[in-house]
Formats: sequence, structure tokens, C-alpha cells
Amino acid sequence: MSEEDESMSDFEEGEEGSGLDFILSLDDVPSNLPPHLELLKTRVLCNSDAPQHTDTIQYSGAYAALGVDNSLRLDSFCENFKIEVNRMADDVIEFDMIGIDPAIANSFRRILIAEVPTMAIERVYIANNTSIVQDEVLAHRLGLIPIHADPRLFEYPVNAGDDRNEKNTIVFKLHVRCKRGQPRITVKSDQLQWLPNGSELPCENAKPNADSKPKTFTSFACSQDSLPEFSCNPLGPTNPDIIVAKLGPGQEIELEAHAVKGIGKTHAKWSPVATAWYRMLPEVVLLEDVEDELAEELKNKCPKQVFDIEDCGKGRRRAKAARPRDCTLCRECIRGGKEWEDRVSLRRVKNHFIFTIESTGAVPSEVLFTEAVKILEDKCERVITELS
Amino acid sequence: MEHGSHSDPSKSTFSLVDEDHTFANSIRFTLNQDPRVAFTGYSIPHPSENRVNIRVQTTGDPAREVLKDACQDLMLMCQHVRSTFNKAVEVAKSSRVRTEDTDSD
Ligand code: SF4
Repeated sequence: MSEEDESMSDFEEGEEGSGLDFILSLDDVPSNLPPHLELLKTRVLCNSDAPQHTDTIQYSGAYAALGVDNSLRLDSFCENFKIEVNRMADDVIEFDMIGIDPAIANSFRRILIAEVPTMAIERVYIANNTSIVQDEVLAHRLGLIPIHADPRLFEYPVNAGDDRNEKNTIVFKLHVRCKRGQPRITVKSDQLQWLPNGSELPCENAKPNADSKPKTFTSFACSQDSLPEFSCNPLGPTNPDIIVAKLGPGQEIELEAHAVKGIGKTHAKWSPVATAWYRMLPEVVLLEDVEDELAEELKNKCPKQVFDIEDCGKGRRRAKAARPRDCTLCRECIRGGKEWEDRVSLRRVKNHFIFTIESTGAVPSEVLFTEAVKILEDKCERVITELS
Repeated sequence: MEHGSHSDPSKSTFSLVDEDHTFANSIRFTLNQDPRVAFTGYSIPHPSENRVNIRVQTTGDPAREVLKDACQDLMLMCQHVRSTFNKAVEVAKSSRVRTEDTDSD
């Protein structure tokens, strides 16, 4: 017996619908819908032909005629909302987010991909490049290297070409040469050398001034490694073994790369995540007892081993959906005719998300999520101030 | 950014620049959950223009105030999400430390 069937018995008839205001003025608004509607409201039914009831019922008055209030009050949201962390490693976090609408869960995902800032190489000044990798390809490859720097410690560059100081720019130098007569060498990301004092390349169009230092592409007021936040935590690429180029004998690369703060919307190199995705919690319900040979057949049908067989005494065996979470919705178990569709019901829980965030390494994934939520808060705040 | 009539403040279209589905879809959800809202929806008139139009029609209250409340609600929801998440991460971290401790024993 599924949960929905059980709730059938204790469902009480709601008041006659007589206007939303009246309903809302009641102290105890009946919150349970008839079980069949509750099922359609909270579950996606994954039938063999197509998923059904995929939309969420958002409108507060959707069930007004039944005397059921569909609005969401903040206190009930806070009461029901839950997060459970399943897995947490250096660069990846997986957690269950329960009791939230897909609209908001999706906003978090979109913000994670496109609007949480990171640092990435934006300008590359190539002094010499005799490798077979063209300048623009090389610059693009450098741009995609994740930089281990906390973007919260930096400012956005006000305007490209504007003031580049220690607060908005990180400078790296790359100088490698493959000597003649030597075997080919591979240039990897760890050869990018951090220049905490800023650029060393003289700016061409600046007038040479005899007494002062030659003007460079940056104007750092102080060395970055004298700042407390970087002195014990040198900046550099997150991964030391990303191949940048290969050099044959006699080839050389000499360049300077400037990393700035940006967001994934502008260019994917600033995206802080490798992937950020969620899936709805699968629910596998056996609508009738599946026993003996059929149970065996069902168990073998599923490629993800969702079903187990349990002994129910007297030599009878019964199938049981033991690991619905592993279900990939391949629908293999409901293939083979109508009778299987009647035995197994595949569903997804609409407000239960299994969220996975894989960071590129620049910022830990749990920090990324809190940053994403903060960005959505900022958006709200912006609109509120514009409206008032 | 508000386009509505002066005589009837309960119906308005709000045109937001530099926003997209991310904000508009979640605010549509919070607006829909407000019993004072009769209709709400959003559109992005052109994909290469950074703008969304959010339509709010209420049962009588000024649309501007209702939208403001919806933003406020969304913000409070976000704050709750953030604090719940931080707590969950703390729990996960401490249990991870504990399992590592027992592993090394
Ligand atoms: S849909 Fe596929 S993975 Fe899920 S229970 Fe059925 S056979 Fe197993």
C-alpha cells in the first residue's frame, strides 16, 4: 500500500469554497488535498510513453474550489525545508534539498553556473611565441585554466584598460624555452609564475622617463604577497598538470597573463563549477505484490539493482523497491506490456532535489552554494530598492 | 521601470534590466504564492536584450507593493536556505572528522 492510499482514510472533506479571503481567515486551513490530487501535485508520473504532470501548481488559489489553500507562507516553508549533505569531498558536494520549488532550485543552479564570480586570465601579453600553438589559441587555453584565488578578495575591473592595481589583477609570467638538441618539452600550468609585484613588461606607448621606473601594464601600490590574505597562500593555478603547449627544440614562449574577476555569463572561463546539476528524487512504487518468478524477473530487469527480493514466509518471495534512489528512469522495468505498467509506478518527487556541485577548485563547492544564494538575495534587494 | 496606469495601481508591468529567467522565474513563483495576486507572468521580449517584463495583476492592492513583498519573501527564503545549508555542512563536516578519527584509531 502506498502512502497516498493510506492518507485516503484520514482525509476530511474541506470546507465549501467561498472565496479565498474567507479560507485564509480560517485558523486551520485544511492543507491536505484529496490523495489523487496530492499525488499529481507532488509527483511526476514517469509513464512508458511520456512523463505526466510535470508542472508545479504555483498559483495560490489553484485549489480554492476545494477549500484548500495553495499559498506558501514563510513559516511553513521554514518548517518543512531541509538540507542533508550526502557526500562532501574537496571539490564536490552532493546534498538533498527538500521542500523547495523547482523555480528557486533552478535559480540556484543557474546562478552557480553563470553568476558566481571567479578569477580567470583575461589579457595575455605575448612577448615571444615561436611554438606551433598560435597566439590566440594559446591565450584561449590560458584563459580556461582555473586560478586558485578567492574572488571575494578582489574587485571587478572597473573598465578594461583602466587602472589595474593589486586589488583587481593577478599577474602571471610564463617563460619557457626548449633548447636546441634537447627533446621536446611539455609546458604545464605549474610553470605559470605568480608576479606579486605586478607586470614586468614595459608599456610601449608610455614615454620613457629617465629617472622613474619604466611604466608597465599594471600599477600596483604594493606587492600582493605583502597582503595578509595572500602571504601564506600564494596564488596560482589550481591544477599543476594542465598542458598548455608543447615545445620543439628551439621554440620558446614568453608571455605575461593577467587574471581578472568576472562571471560565467560573460565567458565560460569564469564559471566556478565544472557542473552544477540536480535531479529529482526517484520513487519506485510497486502497485501490487510481485511474487516468485515475476519478482525474479523484475529484479533482473533493472540494470541499477533497484529491486530486492525478500522472503515473506511459507516459501514465498516478494519483490521490494529497496534502492529507489539509484533509479535512472531507464523505464526498463515497465517495458513488456501493460501488465508491467500496472505493477510498477515510476515517479519523481517534485520538491526533493539531489543537488550536485562540482567546483573547478578555485572556491570550495559549499562556499559556492552560499555565494549563489547570496547573489539571489542581492537581486531581490536591488529590485526592492528600485521599487521604493 | 514600472509601466501601469495611474488610475489603477493594481495592474502593472515591471521592466527589469540586467535580469533573466533566474530572477524572473523565482519571483513569479513567490508572486503566485501570494493570495493577493490574481495573475502574474513574465516574458523576455528579445533574447539579445538584457531585459525581462514582469506582469503583476492583483485583487486590489498596489502591484508595486505586492512585488516588493514577494522580493522580501524570496529574500527571507534565501536566508533560510543559506542558514539551513550552513548547518547541514557543519553537521557533515563534524561527522566526517569523527569518522576519520575512528578510522585512525
Ligand atoms: S526505471 Fe530502470 S533503473 Fe529505475 S527501477 Fe525501473 S529498471 Fe530500474
